[in-house]
Order: sequence, then C-alpha cells, then structure tokens
Amino acid sequence: TSSVRRNGPKFTQLIVGARSVSVDLNNDASLLIDIPDALCERDKVKFTVHTKTTLSSFQKPDFSVPRQHEDFIWLHDALVETEDYAGLIIPPAPPKPDFESPREKMHKLGEGEATMTKEEYTKMKQELEAEYLAVFKKTVQVHEVFLQRLSSHPILSKDRNFQIFLEYDQDLSVRRKNAKETFGSFFKNMVKSADEVIISGIKEVDDFFEQEKTFLLDYSSKIKDSTARAEKMTRSHKNVADDYIHISATLNSLSVDDNTALKKYTNVEGRVASDEELKLTELLRYYMLDIQAAKDLLYRRARALADYENSNKALDKARLKSKDITQAEEHQQQCLQKFDKLSESGKRELTSFKGRRVVAFRKNLIEMAELEIKHAKNNMALLQGCIELLKSN
Amino acid sequence: QLEEEKDEDSFDMEVAVTNPEKIGKEYFFLTIFELMNRTFSVWRRFSDFLGLYEKLSVKHSLNGCIIPPPPEKSVVGMTKVKVGKDDSSSADFVERRRAALERYLQRVVCHPSLLQDPDVREFLERDELPRAVGTHTLSGAGFLKMINRASDAVSKMTIKISDSDAWFDNKLQEVESEELQLRKLHAVVDSLVNHRKELCGNTAVFAKSMAMLGNSEDNTALSRALSQLAEVEDKMETLHQEQAASDFFILAELLADYIRLLGAVRGCFEQRMKTWQRWQEAQSTLQKKREVEAKLLWANKPDKLQQAKEEITEWEGKVTQYERDFDRISVTVRKEFLRFEKQKSKDFKSQIVKYLESLLQSQQRHVKFWEAFLPEAKAIA
Repeated sequence: TSSVRRNGPKFTQLIVGARSVSVDLNNDASLLIDIPDALCERDKVKFTVHTKTTLSSFQKPDFSVPRQHEDFIWLHDALVETEDYAGLIIPPAPPKPDFESPREKMHKLGEGEATMTKEEYTKMKQELEAEYLAVFKKTVQVHEVFLQRLSSHPILSKDRNFQIFLEYDQDLSVRRKNAKETFGSFFKNMVKSADEVIISGIKEVDDFFEQEKTFLLDYSSKIKDSTARAEKMTRSHKNVADDYIHISATLNSLSVDDNTALKKYTNVEGRVASDEELKLTELLRYYMLDIQAAKDLLYRRARALADYENSNKALDKARLKSKDITQAEEHQQQCLQKFDKLSESGKRELTSFKGRRVVAFRKNLIEMAELEIKHAKNNMALLQGCIELLKSN
Repeated sequence: QLEEEKDEDSFDMEVAVTNPEKIGKEYFFLTIFELMNRTFSVWRRFSDFLGLYEKLSVKHSLNGCIIPPPPEKSVVGMTKVKVGKDDSSSADFVERRRAALERYLQRVVCHPSLLQDPDVREFLERDELPRAVGTHTLSGAGFLKMINRASDAVSKMTIKISDSDAWFDNKLQEVESEELQLRKLHAVVDSLVNHRKELCGNTAVFAKSMAMLGNSEDNTALSRALSQLAEVEDKMETLHQEQAASDFFILAELLADYIRLLGAVRGCFEQRMKTWQRWQEAQSTLQKKREVEAKLLWANKPDKLQQAKEEITEWEGKVTQYERDFDRISVTVRKEFLRFEKQKSKDFKSQIVKYLESLLQSQQRHVKFWEAFLPEAKAIA
C-alpha cells in the first residue's frame, strides 16, 4: 500500500510498498535494498535509498541516503564502462521520471477552473493527483528494480561504485562531476551501431551463441513493437477513464438523481487502466531494455572475437616477416583469454537471463490477470447494486 | 377543446421501426404497431416521418403542445446511401436512423393528444403515403435555428401578472440551464465513444503484436501463454466495440434526443409568450380605438363615430378571444411540461438502467475471459 503526505502546495512524500516487474532469483539476504519513500519538488525527484546488509564491506548494517535520478545514471554508465564487466548483462538504466502528462492536464485544469463548479474542479483535481501518484509509483518501481538487480548479481553487487552509491552520505553530484564525462558513452554508442553492421556478419563458432544471436535479434524487434502497442492501448484506456471522470463531474451539475451509479463506476475504469500499465506495459518496456542490454553483451563478445581473429592475422604476418613475434604471440593470447572469459561469463549471464525473464513474465501475467478479475468483480457488484437501487425507486 | 389528462397506461401502444430495406435510392422501414393485441404494419420512408412532423407542428404547436422533434437529417449519411456505399459506416448510419425513427414515433404515440390526431392515424394505417413535400427544409440544424430565433425575440419579455407566471419563468430557466448541461454532457459522451473506438483499434493491434511475440518466444510454456494473452486481448476488442455501441446508442442518442426535445419545450414557452403579447397588443389597440372614439365624440362626426364604435366592438371581441387563448395555452403548456418532466424522468432512468446493464454484462464477460487465461499464466515454467 502507498500513501501520500502533502506538505505545502506541491506533491511531496510518498511511501510505497515493494512491487517490481523484475524478480530476484538469488535468494540471498546479505544485501537488501529498497526505496521506501521519495520526494517530488518541481522537476526533481529525490529517492530515499535504504540498505540493509550483513556484509562487512559496509560501514553500517542499516542506512539510508538521498539520491537523484542523475546519480542512478552515473552508476549505470560507470558499470557499462568498466572493462571487467564486459561479459555481464548490465541492468538497463531506469528511465527519467516523466510527469509531463499529469502536469499538462493540471495546467489545463487551472485554465478551465472558471468554467466549472467547485465540486467538478475538486473531483478533477483529485483524479489528477491520483495520476501523479501513479507516475510516481512507476518511477520509484523502475529505480528500485535497477538497484535490486545489482544487489542480486554475484559480481556487480561487489562493485566499488555501487557501494559508494549506496553508502556515500553526502551529495553524490560532486563526486559525479569528477567522473568520466558522459561524452565517453555517447561515443561508445556510436561506435557500437557501426559494429552491429560489421559484426553481425562474423561467423559464429559456438552453437549456443549462434542460437542466442538469432533469438535475441528477432525477439528484440518484436518486443519493441509490443511495448509501443501496449503504450498506445494503455493511453486509450486512460482517455476512456478520463472521459468517465468528466461525465461524472458534469452529472453533478444536473438535477438527474440517477447519477450516483455512474459516478461510482468512473473511479474503477481509472484503476484498471493504471494497473494494466504497471503489470503489462511496464513489464514489456523493462524487458525491451533488458534485451538491449543482452544484445550489448553479444556485441562486446563479437567484438572480442573480431579482435582475436585480427590478432591471429597479425601473428601470421609477424611470423612471415620474422619480426615482433613474441609481442604478437602475447597479444594473441590476451585476445583469446579475453574472448574466452567473455564467452564463459556471457553464457552464464544469458542462461540466467532466460530464467529471469520467464519467471518475471509469469509473475506479472498472473498478477495482471488476477487484478483484471478483481476489478471486474468489483465493478459487477457496484453495477448490480446501482441497478437494483434504480429499479426499486 | 381541452383534453382531460388520461392515464397513459390505457393507451399502451408499442411501436417498432424495423427491417430497413433499400428500394431504389432510399431506405424503407417496416413500421409495426400493436394496439389491443392486434399488430399492424406499414412501409414508410424517412421523408414520411418528416412529413408527419411538419403536419403535427402546423396544427399543434400553436396550442403549446410539445411536438417531438424529428430525427436529424444527415447529408453525408444520405449521400453514402444514395451512392450505394455498402460499408460498415453506412450500415451504422442506417441503424442509427432506424433507432432514431423508432424513438421518435414512440414519443408521438405516447402523447395522448397526438395519438388522436388524424394525420397520425393515417401515418399508421394507410398503405401508401404520398411523398411529403418541403421536408428538405426541415434539417435538424434548421429546426434549432428556428427555435433560437424565436427565443431571441421574446427573451426580453417577462410577464408579471400572477404567481403562476413566476412558475413559467422558473421552469423556462430550468429548461435553459438543463439544455446547457446536456450539451456539455453530450460532448463528453461523444468523446467517450471516440476514445472507446480508439481503444478498440489499439487493442486489436496490440493483440496481433502479442501473437508475434509469442511466436518468437523460445520458452514453450511462455510462448503458449503469450498466444493465449493475444486471444484474450482479441476478445477484449470485441467487448470494447460492443461497449462503444452501447455508449452511443444508449447514452449519446438519449442526450441528443433530449437536447432537441428541450428546444421544443422552449418553443412552447415562447408560443405562450407570443399569445400573451398578442393579447397585450390587442388591449393597447382597443385602448387606442377608445381614445379615437372619445376624440370623435368631441369633434361631433357621427359617421366616423359609428365606424369607431364598430371597431371597438371588434377589438373588444378580440381582446376577450386572445385572453381566452392565453389562458388556454397556459393550461396546455403547464400540463405538457409536467407530462414531459414525468416522461423525461422515466426515459432517463430506463436508459441509464439499460446502460448499466450493458456495462454489467461486459464486466461479466471480462471475468470469464481472464479467469480462462489465469491457469495458462500459472502454467508458465
């Protein structure tokens, strides 16, 4: 359950329960992270990151720090750029908090205030606040999941930057500015897309990776499509819910005494729409990003393979010329080692990714179906009551 | 003659407008009515219904009767029909028209005075009606314009004779404000219908993409579940489509009908005002004639005096007549208004119950579909 505490004119404190699209297959309780509450001031969201740990590497067993969205991005980029983690699937960065839709509606409501009754205005304001709350819950969820993925990963959970993120009790933005510039990762992304063209053509030596590549490329484009369609569907659902709110508000001003029935019904459509979004749309969006991270791993490995093949060619050339053979041999060995390490780690990561994905889909599809059933049954009870009341009058 | 308020149940005539059939360029509708366990049926064109409205309007609107307004004419819809376009939108249009004609006719036969009208009888009984002329001017928009122009002219007038006039003033104000609210509501319901149709389309597309994703998925149980999810979403699409039809035919059309009906009610009130105005003008004319007579008495012109006396008698008669007309129309308008309010209350209640029942049915099927899906989701391993 979640509640909202209002301090002043703007939306502030929010306490959420644990609810995530991702699942933790690793039932290790040595490092537990959650985001128990968050603060929203104007454009900025401040998350309270709470850690409970039995690990001695941390200074305290139970502590909290305030963090901004940009801190999460810094952590993500730092992990992506760590050479040692090239063989791992780095959990996708949480998307930026997006309050544009409710904010726009709030603006429109303010403009139209003069044309509606006090009752109408209050009702619409309430519904808008519920929408703010839904966006809020969503953004807390994705940020929380990001950290929980890290904490449940045998290697990433031990990362130094991760520990700093969790523990450093001063403003992290000062430290962030000293870190590598984001330009670095822009460059990397540019190069990677060029890689995709070149490297897809490389002959794969390992059946497992050949299958994975085919599967991931196909699945990736399908899930991107599904995510976009789900977003559109959810948005339509919200529009229908909004219309019911308007209808309810307008009925208030009419002397039709049969309007309580419709008024009650209006609330339910809204809930259905936002639950559908949390379970289905967010699930798809999350895995779309996760699959991208898996693809990134494949490309890093393919790159390593290309490097290895190039180093072989260089070694042959060196042997022909009888020049710098030792250097070439060393380089070749290094490339081979790197490639083998990536392959071994990559295989592990991709296998566990499969398992994780299946379990997450199962959990969310079950929860979504259960919610749909629950809402529909509530609706039915509501409607039956209203109909009986109207018929008896 | 004033009609006694008869109990409406004794005039329980059911009408139905069904079986649209295209003969040549236009549609004919089978109009069925049942009275005292006997069923009669005739074929009627849309213009026949408009013609009926025109006849009734000419005869009864001066009495302060609320004549049910005819269904809207639609240039776009009619063109499609004439051109022979046989797609789903023209089928929708025909259905919309059929339903509107049925509601219109039901309202006419529900009215105790109108039911007695020979034109209504002829409409229901005669095998073939001569084609009505001049109905092309009776578009829905034209009708409302007519009402609004009249209301602009008389809006400045208020009668302050007795308390009962305060009743009329209050009721007119209520009608005007209710019309405004209904327009607002209608706009929102319209938006609901459109958004529901969008949701329909988006759900269908989403279902397809889920099916594709299911095909792509390499885990067998998950792949199966995703395909099942695609099927559920397909069923959802059907539900949304049916709900959009309910939104439209039950809610939106109810509101549209009553916006037009309230216009007709306003028309009655205005008619009463006009009658009052005629009476007042006659009184002032009479006054003037009396002043002329007085002047002539002084001027001693016996021939003109005779004429003046005749005119006075004439106008005294008119004043009496017009006062009687005003009293009569006041009684009629009041009676009509109360009958209208009763009918409106009944109508709204029955339609809202119908709408809620449609929502209920939809939710029942919702539960069924998702309960069928749940074991599939649980079977994922």
